[in-house]
Amino acid sequence: MLAHHQRIVITGVGLAAPGASNLHEFRKQVLDGRSGIQEIDLRYFGTAPAGLCSIPETKYRKKKENKKGTRAGCLGVYCAHEALLDAGLEQSVYDKARTGVYIGLTEHGNVETENEIYHLKQYDYDVAYWSHHHNPRTVLNNPAGEITVSLGITGPHYSIGAACAAGNASLIQGVQMLRLGEVDMALAGGVSESTGSFGIFASFKAQGALAEAAAPEQACRPFDQKRNGIVVSEGACIYVLERLDRALQRGARIYGEIVGYGMNSDAKDFVLPFDQRQAECMELALAKAGLRPDQIDIVSTHATGTKQGDAEECRAIRSVFQGTGSPFINNTKSIIGHAMGAAGVLELAANLPSFDDQLVHPTINLDDPDPECLLENLVVGEPAQGSTLSTILNNSFGMLGINSAVIVQAYRGSS
Amino acid sequence: MTRADITDLIVEIIADIDDEADFDNLDPEKPLRDQLDLDSMDFLDIVMELRKRYKIQIPEEDYPQLATLNSCATYLEPMLKDV
Repeated sequence: MLAHHQRIVITGVGLAAPGASNLHEFRKQVLDGRSGIQEIDLRYFGTAPAGLCSIPETKYRKKKENKKGTRAGCLGVYCAHEALLDAGLEQSVYDKARTGVYIGLTEHGNVETENEIYHLKQYDYDVAYWSHHHNPRTVLNNPAGEITVSLGITGPHYSIGAACAAGNASLIQGVQMLRLGEVDMALAGGVSESTGSFGIFASFKAQGALAEAAAPEQACRPFDQKRNGIVVSEGACIYVLERLDRALQRGARIYGEIVGYGMNSDAKDFVLPFDQRQAECMELALAKAGLRPDQIDIVSTHATGTKQGDAEECRAIRSVFQGTGSPFINNTKSIIGHAMGAAGVLELAANLPSFDDQLVHPTINLDDPDPECLLENLVVGEPAQGSTLSTILNNSFGMLGINSAVIVQAYRGSS
Repeated sequence: MTRADITDLIVEIIADIDDEADFDNLDPEKPLRDQLDLDSMDFLDIVMELRKRYKIQIPEEDYPQLATLNSCATYLEPMLKDV
């Protein structure tokens, strides 16, 4: 058992998802299985199903600052403020020099660069009209930096670039920095503004990996025979992480403890996933947590709705969990699409309230299960009732063969 | 453009940058940045807007001449006299 100052707990959550702007709304949405996906129209590209967030953008900073910054910064600033308030941390209460901001990104800068080139066209591509805002908007620490500027946090800030494993990777970074004693509090999470980039949609389409459907809310259908690709979403989710001793000392509400994590690399292909390494990644996380597979209650899957990706993850899950009494398994992307750098942290947030309400949110749009994706205890259509739900394993995988799994356990006190 | 037109133009550009800016008590002799919520990037927005609207190229060494509303009028008057 780790000492209390080495145990890291989640004490606040701020989020923006397609369909919800706080954890309470989000929990209701995923339990109802209500899709947050709509049709959008992108410059050059045309229409596509996608997830957009509706948040009160000027709640925590002026419109002027939102215009100066990026969409990722706007979402990140909103979620960081919300997370601190949720943690009961007024601005004056925590040490800003001892707070770290670690934000996971799949990509950043595509939206801003596309916009700049588009606007430059009206000046016949004369770069004298290229914006002075381009560099501060596109440096890779941008969303994390905008958060520190907004909150006056003077501790370290940076981004974690880890494709679609970035949300989990940022949580892991936060845990590690707290354990090393580098900071006393971490704002860790992920952000995505990818719905603003036609290039991201066009690239997925060229890959044959972009979802298409007559009804946008039915476009994201992991594990279904008729799945045909990814639904790109924007979103953000930021957690307040603290050491257990400090959280107990200040009487904080503890959402859960990050008890294990694993990250590894396929070292194989630019885009195709690999079940064996994914299974090894889950086993790394279990080993770090000191847990057996039968001690996991919920597996929150990464599956994005691509043909091969979903099948690979199912094989990996079967190899780790089959014959162990099988945890409940679900998929949040079926409801909110793929929020890229925010995906892992939003999907964890979608499941975290299970510790309190003892429900497992359903996977939607799974009408005709693919035989290659059969999983015992996959929760479909309606929430499943649990009784002793206390441990979640959260998968997130990304391009270039990056795998991550984070295990969060309910903190029941006195241990 | 008259001097009054130029100060109106600068106020209009700043209002577009910050729709919450309060111009009621703006002293035309005092630096804009001391009186309004403008940082260096916002100041460059003004320079860029003048370039886009009137193709005025303002060299960096002349930026201090845009410090106050009155100094803006003095500096820009010869460039905008035929506008």
